[in-house]
Amino acid sequence: MIPFFIGASIALLMGVFAALYRAFKGPNILDRVLAVNLIGTNALVVLILIAYIRGYNAYLDVALAYALLSFISIVVIARYVESKEEL
Amino acid sequence: MFEVMTKSLAVLFLSVGVFFLWVGVVGIIRLPDVYSRLHAATKCDILGAGLTLMGLIIYEGFSFNVLKLIAVALLLLSSSLVTGHAVARAAMRTDLIPWQENREDRLRVEKEKLFREIFKV
Repeated sequence: MIPFFIGASIALLMGVFAALYRAFKGPNILDRVLAVNLIGTNALVVLILIAYIRGYNAYLDVALAYALLSFISIVVIARYVESKEEL
Repeated sequence: MFEVMTKSLAVLFLSVGVFFLWVGVVGIIRLPDVYSRLHAATKCDILGAGLTLMGLIIYEGFSFNVLKLIAVALLLLSSSLVTGHAVARAAMRTDLIPWQENREDRLRVEKEKLFREIFKV
């Protein structure tokens, strides 16, 4: 199963680099927020796969904390954009 | 026999999850608007990460790590809903216009028609 996990994480990392295009070029700030959210989800799945590849159980706790932090940051940025008058 | 069956089921779930994460990436690059990109991104969160975590839960069997994986899956499920709603509401309140096909052409035609009506050309 380990080579399959390595292949899946390499495919997800290619997806992260493809989504960086939208985070770099997006015309609006909300596009960038969405791209960063998607990159965060992909990185979380890669983190859990790395925990199974290397056999470190502590990475699962890191993934839990990462999901919580990503959620809070996206909600705060969305509320801040909403409270401003113009973008 | 049982081990082979669980492993093949885990591989199936992981492959479908990675496919849906790639669908989210392609959608966020190709689609034209914040709202349609939001559609792709939330699909990716729930289906892609959820199916991948379910595949890993099937692979793991019964242990303490399964509780952590289920916690991550439930957190992703709820947080994806909340972030999607927050981003869509921010887009609506900052007056982003949803994408329409050939919007500039249609606006120009309307403007010319209004001009002719007013000035009787």
